[in-house]
Amino acid sequence: MEVRRGSMKETVVIFKDVTKYYPLYHSFIGIKNFLFNLPLAIKELKRNKLCALRNISFEIYKGETVGIIGHNGAGKSTILGLIAGVLKPTNGEIIVKSKVVGLLELSAGFHPDLTGYENIILNGILLGMTKKEILSKVDEIVGFSELDEFVFQPIRTYSTGMLARLGFSVAINAPADILLIDEVLAVGDINFQKKCYKKIEEIKSQNKTIIFVSHDLENVLRLCNRVILLHHGEVIKDGDTYEVIDYYKKVFS
Amino acid sequence: MNLKESKVRYFFDLISELTKKEIKVRYKNSFLGYLWSVLSPLFTALVFFVAFKVVIKLKIENYVLFLISGLFCWQWYTNSIFASSTLFLNNSSLIKKVNFPRETLVYSMVLSDMFHFLLSIPVILLFVFIYRQKFPYFIFLLPFVVFFQFVFISGISLIISSINLFFRDLERLVIVFTNLLFYITPIIYSENMVPEKYKIFLYINPMAYFVILYRNIFLFNKINLDLLLVAAAYSLVAYFVGYKIYSFLRWKFAEVV
Repeated sequence: MEVRRGSMKETVVIFKDVTKYYPLYHSFIGIKNFLFNLPLAIKELKRNKLCALRNISFEIYKGETVGIIGHNGAGKSTILGLIAGVLKPTNGEIIVKSKVVGLLELSAGFHPDLTGYENIILNGILLGMTKKEILSKVDEIVGFSELDEFVFQPIRTYSTGMLARLGFSVAINAPADILLIDEVLAVGDINFQKKCYKKIEEIKSQNKTIIFVSHDLENVLRLCNRVILLHHGEVIKDGDTYEVIDYYKKVFS
Repeated sequence: MNLKESKVRYFFDLISELTKKEIKVRYKNSFLGYLWSVLSPLFTALVFFVAFKVVIKLKIENYVLFLISGLFCWQWYTNSIFASSTLFLNNSSLIKKVNFPRETLVYSMVLSDMFHFLLSIPVILLFVFIYRQKFPYFIFLLPFVVFFQFVFISGISLIISSINLFFRDLERLVIVFTNLLFYITPIIYSENMVPEKYKIFLYINPMAYFVILYRNIFLFNKINLDLLLVAAAYSLVAYFVGYKIYSFLRWKFAEVV
């Protein structure tokens, strides 16, 4: 496998035997419960862990569009968190070689009382652009979002669709070599969705890497050229989109 | 070199934008707007004035000036400290998704409160004028005091905001403790009125140094360099401890918010 892919392509993300546990805090709620069951509680504190990823290894190459699928709690979002660098693995090693930008959940980091324009600047900076960079891109972003004169209104007046368009437009225009997309593609009306897919195709053609987490198999089929199937924190299958999705449909549904 | 420069640039852009946001947002929907950052501490001062000057008849001259020269910087402290306990919780979606330096949230929150404090300084000067005091010439040293208070509050805020994610009781403790701290800080009374055997509480209380420094600048037209040095030392220690705790816990933020 290494030989087949390795020599030509450049790796951008490497997961080496990565294990991630989440400690379960607050399993004994309140001091009363804690004190009355002290020995048990301490034991619980030590043992109570949730295993999100178990010994996972994979490599992602430059220019790939990789879908990550699996049931709820399979560890998909944990993988994105680890790549984005907001989480640290319990064991194992993760190497990310280029700049990562994650697509935000709807309106994360947006402030309802600020205008769309102000939110674009703020969000762009939070996503890693300098003020200069974001100012040079702001017209493009406003144009993409199709918000027109609404960008000068506070975003609490926006509809859900408008918010989603705003968030998507900022993130998709951020300069990054790896783009993380977590289930936010179902935004706006059909025309806007088309535009988003077009933009994603454009990003793909620029030889950038996209990592896409979704339950929507149709979107995965449409966008990805490789799929990783997770189940209970382990990689069940990793390979060609059609093969993996076929397997997923057969085995899990 | 160039990369480092752009990183520093980015860090300052981030802080300045977040601070601007905080400042813009606070009074966005209120009619009186920024006036509130002056009015609300003034109303508090009025309450204390009635209680301690009119009712209890405390023997301190120029009491309103005396009061506000300590109260305004105290309000900066409490505003920031109370905001810090829920700071990371309120930004949970960002913390879960984006890998930006989280400490910038703390700095910008403290800076926006500092901005409101700075807005209230003209009010203090106005009372200097009303009470026909001399113009406080040492006001040119004010930036140093403000700077170290910023460092101090940032340190404490880093501690509280980080630990409160794991130990939510802290926010209750902070409220109780801050209330207590208010009365052992010489704001409504003068430090000279503290009995000798309780003076220790003045020495171990960093906020007491700041209050006395501000008051001496505005009211008595003098600067205590020794107090400034101690205050600076406290600030640096608080910041160092705060940053250590924050760096230690930072990696777990996304797991618990």
